[in-house]
Amino acid sequence: MSRRVLVTGLSTYWGGRLAQALEAFEEVETIIGVDSVEPRRELERTEFVKVSNQHSLLARIVRAANIDTVIDTRLTVNSVSAGPRAAHENNVIGTMNILTACSGEDSPVRQFIFKSSAYYYGSEQDDPAFFRETMLRPHPARTPLERDIVEAETAVAEFAEKRPEVETTILRCANVLGPDVDTAFTRMFDLPAVPMVLGFDPRIQFVHEDDVVHALEHCVFHDTPGVYNVAGDGVLSMTEAASVLGKRAAPILPPWGTGLVAGPLRSLGFKVPSEMLNLMRFGRGLDNRAFKATGFEYGHTSRETVARLGEHLRLDPVMRGIDGGYTYEREVEEFLRWSPHVQRERASDATGVEADSDLLGI
Amino acid sequence: MARGRSPLVDLADSKELVPAERRSELMSPIEPERTLNDWGRSERIEGLMDRTLFEFFYRYWFRAEVEGIENVPAQGGALLVSNHAGALPPDAAMIAKAIREEHPRPRDLYLTVEHFFKGYPGFSMLVPKIGGVAAHPANVHRLLYDEEQLVLVFPEGRKGTEKLYKDRYRLRRFGRGGFVEAAMRAEAKLVPLCVVGAEEAMPAFAQVPLLQKLTGLIYFPITPTFPWLGPLGMMAYLPAKFKIRFLEPIDMAELGGREAAQDKALVQTVAQEVRARIQENLHDMLAKRKSVWFG
Repeated sequence: MSRRVLVTGLSTYWGGRLAQALEAFEEVETIIGVDSVEPRRELERTEFVKVSNQHSLLARIVRAANIDTVIDTRLTVNSVSAGPRAAHENNVIGTMNILTACSGEDSPVRQFIFKSSAYYYGSEQDDPAFFRETMLRPHPARTPLERDIVEAETAVAEFAEKRPEVETTILRCANVLGPDVDTAFTRMFDLPAVPMVLGFDPRIQFVHEDDVVHALEHCVFHDTPGVYNVAGDGVLSMTEAASVLGKRAAPILPPWGTGLVAGPLRSLGFKVPSEMLNLMRFGRGLDNRAFKATGFEYGHTSRETVARLGEHLRLDPVMRGIDGGYTYEREVEEFLRWSPHVQRERASDATGVEADSDLLGI
Repeated sequence: MARGRSPLVDLADSKELVPAERRSELMSPIEPERTLNDWGRSERIEGLMDRTLFEFFYRYWFRAEVEGIENVPAQGGALLVSNHAGALPPDAAMIAKAIREEHPRPRDLYLTVEHFFKGYPGFSMLVPKIGGVAAHPANVHRLLYDEEQLVLVFPEGRKGTEKLYKDRYRLRRFGRGGFVEAAMRAEAKLVPLCVVGAEEAMPAFAQVPLLQKLTGLIYFPITPTFPWLGPLGMMAYLPAKFKIRFLEPIDMAELGGREAAQDKALVQTVAQEVRARIQENLHDMLAKRKSVWFG
């Protein structure tokens, strides 16, 4: 059964990678990506539509292209990279807009996948050691990011309740590590030593960036209604993670007043996001069995994820600069896709683009 | 929302998330390179403390004697329920050591500790490494049901340890029977046990609420060694003779398992019965004990 997919946030790391991954599947007939800025990843048959967040425009695209699957990857979980206003705008208002675009009586959407974050659960002193999907937050959200995530997820859940014919999936992803993704933890592990709060050795769980992309793919092709935790097997303690990376643990943050005195780190170029402070004291574990029960297999455990990151960090200074960067040029992309003069083999589009690039001498 | 529940819980509950027969198979695989497990338990540090500190206390200082060790099941999840005593309680560590020493199939014991330990620097690092787990019902359930481990719980809680010496061996209320509910939901065995000697090892003659507020500790007892010897006084136990008796287990599966956990009256009845049995056995052991220091 052919699928027509809409990916939001195409310029983000997840949107771009997911679109790239979906292009390899023949059953996915159409991939349309939307975002307000240009994509940063080279894509072959995904069509990019530059559109603001307005839901009326998104609704037109959804109906015009007869989209049956919408994957929303825009959630920003790093309060350092975006200011609180912009993050709120993106996380909450943006989500509501895409949900509104998918609603309506004549909406062709039959599946909605929302990439959320394990920051939903928060991290407090009297939390359980492993969060299951049926657990609600025991405490109200403290940081702006967590509040946004709770609001966004509530909106998605209300959408699911009102539209039972749409299979809605929420994936709560643990902290992501990997060679390409840029998150607070990858930046922290890039420092010469791993900063810790004096006297605390929290348990943290990670997931590899490839596993997150595969998880999103898995949802497209399997029945996965409901909420799922996405996290690698195994929960590491921070000192364990530091030793797997081959770095020292530096317990330089004071146990009380940590938020105020994250100054020394800021001068090193690493600002501890507010949502991470509690995580560095109490940690968080997730029960990941529900998603595995749907047939998903993880490629990396938490420990392996940290090990891969360690390898990448050691290799990166050597490898940097070997691959050229990519910039999106609209006219070039349109030429490659629509021009009748571009010679493609009819067998598959993928090889066609390789032939094009040979032709263009790129 | 008409139903009054969060729509997110409904979304998650839409089907059985993890089928019961697959719950163990889907758990994280053991990674041989790791020395810590997912709870933060360290075989290295625990082994070290076991060979040195706990061995000393178990064999030479407290000279523990154990009865009824066969009541601890060799496999499957079981909830061990004990009386609690001593200002900085040594009983948990001694019970764990007893199982490791005396049982034909030695198993690790997980010790439930109240959440406060996670807030103290240093303490929060050490407690998980030796098998301490926060006393949250979800944690106990996962250990009993999904991992089928031995879990030790003290229903008296803090009320047991802040007891004054004059009230020794008089069991406090066992709360609302949460421990019985936990054992029922996990369909595990419940093994009551009693410990004699911990009360005398670190007797609290008085509590000082003012100093407790000033220092921010959970309580501030006056014992023979604390606060005179400073923080070290918390570790200076008197050499009372320890006797640990494991009583006959109650099989929760026989009582009705998960459905029984909803029956509040049954939960209360079982909790009271457990308390009564422990109290009865404590009295029996105390009557037979000729000397506090030599047994």
